[in-house]
Formats: sequence, structure tokens, C-alpha cells
Amino acid sequence: MNERPSFLLDGDEVPFEPGQTVMQAALAAGRYIPHLCYHPEFTPHGSCKLCTARINGRLMAACTTPAETATEVESETEELNDLRRTLVQMLFAEGNHFCPSCEKSGNCVLQALGYDLGVMTAGFRHFFPDRPVDASHPEILLDFNRCILCELCVRAAREVDGKHVFSLAGRGLGKHLIVNAESGRLADTDVKVTDKAVEVCPVGVILRKRVGFATPIGARRYDKSPISAQALADAPRPLERNHD
Amino acid sequence: MTDVTRRKLRVATTSLAGCFGCHMSLLDIDERLFPLLERIEFDRSPLTDIKHCGPCDIGIIEGGICNAENVHVLREFRANCKILVAMGACAVTGGLPAQRNHLDLGLCLQEVYLTDPGVAHGMIPNDPELPLPLDKVHPLHEVVKIDYFIPGCPPSADAIWKFLTDLIEGRTPKLGHGLIHYD
Repeated sequence: MNERPSFLLDGDEVPFEPGQTVMQAALAAGRYIPHLCYHPEFTPHGSCKLCTARINGRLMAACTTPAETATEVESETEELNDLRRTLVQMLFAEGNHFCPSCEKSGNCVLQALGYDLGVMTAGFRHFFPDRPVDASHPEILLDFNRCILCELCVRAAREVDGKHVFSLAGRGLGKHLIVNAESGRLADTDVKVTDKAVEVCPVGVILRKRVGFATPIGARRYDKSPISAQALADAPRPLERNHD
Repeated sequence: MTDVTRRKLRVATTSLAGCFGCHMSLLDIDERLFPLLERIEFDRSPLTDIKHCGPCDIGIIEGGICNAENVHVLREFRANCKILVAMGACAVTGGLPAQRNHLDLGLCLQEVYLTDPGVAHGMIPNDPELPLPLDKVHPLHEVVKIDYFIPGCPPSADAIWKFLTDLIEGRTPKLGHGLIHYD
């Protein structure tokens, strides 16, 4: 019998397949590590830092760190959850996240993380940036106010749709989402409402028009169960995954 | 039980740049108001119509800060309340009124009172009794220290009840899944 390799996550053994990241192995083993820009179907981006764990004493992104034997991973600690709360707070303060009028409310990953981590306030001074929406496309609305720069739409368009529709432009505070059209309007790109990139937005930036309230507020994904439970229910299983 | 624990806690509430929806949600605790009133008594509040806040144990504020009077009332609450609570999306984030923050205030007033279709013989109100609007709408924590936040538009009656009972019993208020909502 060949023993499967494993590492320690918060003191418990988590088995992994060679090539898996700490995040992939944890989710496959039914262990939740909070994450935002990580999505099981796409190349890890490692930018939101929500999944930061203490791996052999160092703070590392669990979604990009390869699983290795003889590794100790700490994730569910007060220190790390405090840092995660601060990250969520900064994202809320930086954009215009007005949940009461957002049709993504209840299905929003950022909001659900806030709920699950117990974020009661953005804490910081709100930026209230001026970010006009792009309603040019007949079937898709782009509301930049809520963009958290996770690049999931960029990755989905590139890796699944085989297109170059979205990209991030600018640096630092000026960093923002752009679309691939000379006019800068979504209507002039080759995006389709059926694209993965449209479906994957974790917040309320890329929205299909005319379906916003088909499911009422209060009966939505994260109204039913917290994101920590949902993420495990969604986690790809079995362990065998194709990494080409 | 000692006198200290028997003493009713004094609670003040107010609505600043809010819609009174959070106060309606507070009243929505329904018959739980009776056990609540055995533990607290109201100071300044829309429910008592007392105009100024005296020394209180708990101050609960709905709505954000959109004009000069809001700032004065908020400071009065902070000066008098041992624990100050921001209740609802507007108090916590600025909320709906803060949606004007990326617009020019002068242009807002012009549109609403002068140029909007349907406005006849309009004028921008200039009665000296009217508090001056602030350039931007702010959540409470940007003006004074806030001890606790209850998000939600409005927070549900159950969330307010859980928060108040936790606080009154001396526990750290904690809203779990289903009670913590931003919408």
C-alpha cells in the first residue's frame, strides 16, 4: 500500500496529489481556506491575499503555493482572520459597494466573505470613487464601481472563451478594468452573454441584463449557507485533476 | 441582584441622514419590546421626542452624516453615550445618501430645485434655519469613534434584538450567519 503524501493544516493531516496547491488539496479534503480571487477552474492569480496562510512559518498565498510533505500550514487563526478582515474592509472602502442597491447582493463573494469573517464595517475612510458604468452592450452591464481587480473575467475570457475581452490597466490606485475595444465600450468587443467571463464575476461588475432579481434578495446563494460551506460544496472532487 | 445590574440602562437613539427604516426595524422586534423595556429606558429618541441627549449607557444612531446639524447631533451623542452604535447601512457606510458623493453638490441642488422638469418658480432653499449640507456624505466612523456596527438596510429585527440582548447581558455582540447582512 503506497502512502499518499500529506501536509498538516491547522494540526490535521491533509492528503494531496503531487502538483496540487495547498488550496486545491485543502478544498478537496473538505477543508476551507477563505479565498476571493481563487477559482477552481482557472489558473491561480494569488493577488487578493485572502487565502494567505502561515506555511512553515511564512505568510504565503495558499492558492499559489504547491503542496509539499513535511509542511505545516496554519489558516484558521485569529491573527490570519484579522488580516483577512482588514483586506475585505479595504476592498469595501476602495470601491463603491452599495449592497442595498446591488443586484448581485446575496450572490456576491466579497459580501459573503464579509459575512463569514464577521466584517461589520469598512472601518477605513471610504474613497467614493467616480466610476461611470458601461451600459452600452444590449445584454451585459458593466458596473466598474464594484470591481475588486481579481482578474477572474480576464482569466475566464483567455482560458475558456479563447478571447481577449478584459484586462487591467494602470498601476496602484489608478488600476482599473478595461475592455478590448478602441471605443472603450463593451458593446464594441466580441464578448457574448454566454461567455464564461460574464458568468464568473464574483461581485456585481459584469451583470446579465434583465435577470437581476429573478431570485429575490433573501433567497440567494449566500443567504442559504455561508461561503465557507458553499466553497466546500463546490470544490472539485475527486482529487485527480488535469493540470495541462 | 445588585443595584447596579438592576438599574435600567439609558438608551438614546436618533436618525441622521437616514429614512427611519432602522427605527421601524427596531420596533419590529414586536412583543420583545416588553422585556427590553424592563432592562432599558429611552433618553433622546424619536420614540420619546426628548430633544437633547443626556448621559446615556448606549446611543444608537441610524443614518450617515450629510449636513452640519448631523455633525452636532453625532457629537452630542458621542459626548453623552458610553457606547455608541452605528445602526444600518447609512450609518455604517454612508448608504443611499452617499450615492451623491461623486456628484457636485451645487449641481445636485440646481437640478433638484431649479432645472428638473416639473419644477416651476423653483429656488434653492436658503432659510438660515436649514442646516447646511456637507460637500460629501460620511459614515459615522469618519467623524467620531463608533464602538459597534450593525450593518443592513435595515438590519433585521432579529439582528437588532440579538445585538441588544448581547450588549445588555454584557456579552460581545455577535451576529452570525443569517443575521449579518449588508443589504
